[in-house]
Amino acid sequence: MEKVHLELTGVNMDFPTPSGSFRALENVNLKIKKGEFVSIIGHSGCGKSTVLNIIAGLYQATAGGVVLNGKEVTVPGPERAMVFQNHSLLPWLTAYENVELAVKTIFKGTKSKAEMREWIEHNMQLVHMEHALHKRPDEISGGMKQRVGIARALAMEPEVLLLDEPFGALDALTRAHLQDSVMEIQADLGNTMMMVTHDVDEAVLLSDRIVMMTNGPSATVGEILDVNIPFPRERIATSESKQYNHCRHEVLRFLYERHGKKAEELTEDETIDETAVNSSLDDSEENPVVDFKESQQIKKKVA
Amino acid sequence: MSSQAIELRTFSKSDLKGFFVSFATPILGVLIFLMLWSFLAPKVVTSLGAVPGPKQVYSQFEALLVEHKDERQKQVAFYERQETRNAKKLAKDPEATIKVRQYAGNPTFFDQIITSVVTVMAGFLLASLIAIPIGIVAGLSKTVYAALNPLVQIFKPVSPLAWLPIVTMIVSATYVTSDDAWFDKSFLNSAITVLLCCLWPTIISTAVGVTNVSKDLQNVSHVLRLSWWTHVRKIVLPSAIPMIFTGLRLSLGIAWMVLIAAEMLSQNPGLGKFVWDEFQNGSSNSLGRIMVAVVVIGLIGFLLDRIMLYLQKKVSWDKSVALR
Ligand SMILES: Nc1ncnc2c1ncn2[C@@H]1O[C@H](COP(=O)(O)OP(=O)(O)OP(=O)(O)O)[C@@H](O)[C@H]1O
Ligand SMILES: [Mg+2]
Repeated sequence: MEKVHLELTGVNMDFPTPSGSFRALENVNLKIKKGEFVSIIGHSGCGKSTVLNIIAGLYQATAGGVVLNGKEVTVPGPERAMVFQNHSLLPWLTAYENVELAVKTIFKGTKSKAEMREWIEHNMQLVHMEHALHKRPDEISGGMKQRVGIARALAMEPEVLLLDEPFGALDALTRAHLQDSVMEIQADLGNTMMMVTHDVDEAVLLSDRIVMMTNGPSATVGEILDVNIPFPRERIATSESKQYNHCRHEVLRFLYERHGKKAEELTEDETIDETAVNSSLDDSEENPVVDFKESQQIKKKVA
Repeated sequence: MSSQAIELRTFSKSDLKGFFVSFATPILGVLIFLMLWSFLAPKVVTSLGAVPGPKQVYSQFEALLVEHKDERQKQVAFYERQETRNAKKLAKDPEATIKVRQYAGNPTFFDQIITSVVTVMAGFLLASLIAIPIGIVAGLSKTVYAALNPLVQIFKPVSPLAWLPIVTMIVSATYVTSDDAWFDKSFLNSAITVLLCCLWPTIISTAVGVTNVSKDLQNVSHVLRLSWWTHVRKIVLPSAIPMIFTGLRLSLGIAWMVLIAAEMLSQNPGLGKFVWDEFQNGSSNSLGRIMVAVVVIGLIGFLLDRIMLYLQKKVSWDKSVALR
């Protein structure tokens, strides 16, 4: 196995609340390799954003910690850029100025003015936004805002790109376009990416691995699924492949059947009943039957 | 063809409605008020005669205008006389020392307006320069906020007029006037009283605006590792602008009211003094002249608020929002 790039060890997170402290995360362990694309999926409120915020340095873990390239992470830093769910662009700045704010802060003293401009324009091209450089956030669509948010994060030249439900608020078509853009960018730049998502297809299509979290409180990593589909992945062709549907099925099984319980909590009679799973899939008709044998072979990594 | 006609008709209908709401109704409101005024005023008889109606008040306004013009002519004449006198003197004897004296006529109603407006702007601007930075720091730092909060809460409800004696005493003790001093003592007294009442609303609104900067934008600032100064300039100030202006407009409104009262109380030159002098005068025209002052005070207060609104529109990034 390659050298570990980003590692979470024994992370606990307690939030102080009026009725005592609330344990959102308990003993979260995760090892991520350089250049990997990891999705985090789980039920709403289980603590996915919290994990991302701890990696970003916006929250401090109550116990355990995050190590990036052998150094502990305690404060936010430009090597861990974040794409926020609701774009979080400054509404009083144009798209260009929003990216410029990041570039100016990070490359002050290392890049000349002209180099900065070139770098901003380059990143806007990466997300296909070069035509709307000087528009304000309220003059562009939701998808375009999200693109600018990604450009801003990319312009920081991060080692790790953290995406918190980046496409959650977008329609299916726009989301598909942006997913393609993200895949393109990752193929180009090879950043490590961690993405929180609610969308099973999105997770399977983009990820090298999918981290499935158990329900909170005291949420933790339930299972980790390897997605062994070769890149580049073409949306239509991939969606028809056996491997794709198998992965999709595994994630759905975790989310809907095991209700995100930890593996050791499962009793004998709760083990998988395949027919029940298939009928619980909302669009099971469209999907070829899942290869059961293969599903048994999936290695489960239980934290 | 017919559908077009219908469209035209509905368009002009809604247009008419818009005209009514934005022009006709306000004018109607004012007309009704004037009618009630002119109908009711003569029925109230005071020791100075009946309360003047709109017509009498308007004629008093014209009288004040005439007084002002006369006074200006006197002033011009005074300076002309002085100049010719001095020129003659110099012609006789180039070495002669000449005296240039200031015209010392009575300030007219319009002079008083200018004095009041200048005083209120001076106090208000100075207060804003102090209050906005304090509000920003208090909004950013919980410690500063905790330290300032009791002071602000205690001083805010104090009527600025209660400050007036203290301000007067301190100014006369510390500010030594000479003939060519920049400011009169009375000007300083009024301006500082205005300043004291302008501070609190601006500090509070600014602090609230700053604490309410969206969590998302604060996170952006953290992730980008913005410096304190850039954070304030690029994120805090633009977010807080609407609240800052709410505080400023509130302050200016209070300031204008307070100034008039302070001028009445302390006999400092300005519109307040004009009102008080007329009241003491007790001529048959006094009530009418006071009413002119009341209307003018109201109009200026309204104008000051409009100016602030205009400024807010100028500096606000969100041009689409409706400002009231
Ligand atoms: N600042 C906070 N203070 C107190 N409790 C918090 C705080 N942030 C998160 N929590 C709690 O921690 C839990 C996890 O929250 P988190 O936002 O990480 O969930 P999530 O998985 O991202 O949910 P979603 O999918 O809806 O975004 C929730 O129960 C939430 O109430
Ligand atoms: Mg979340």
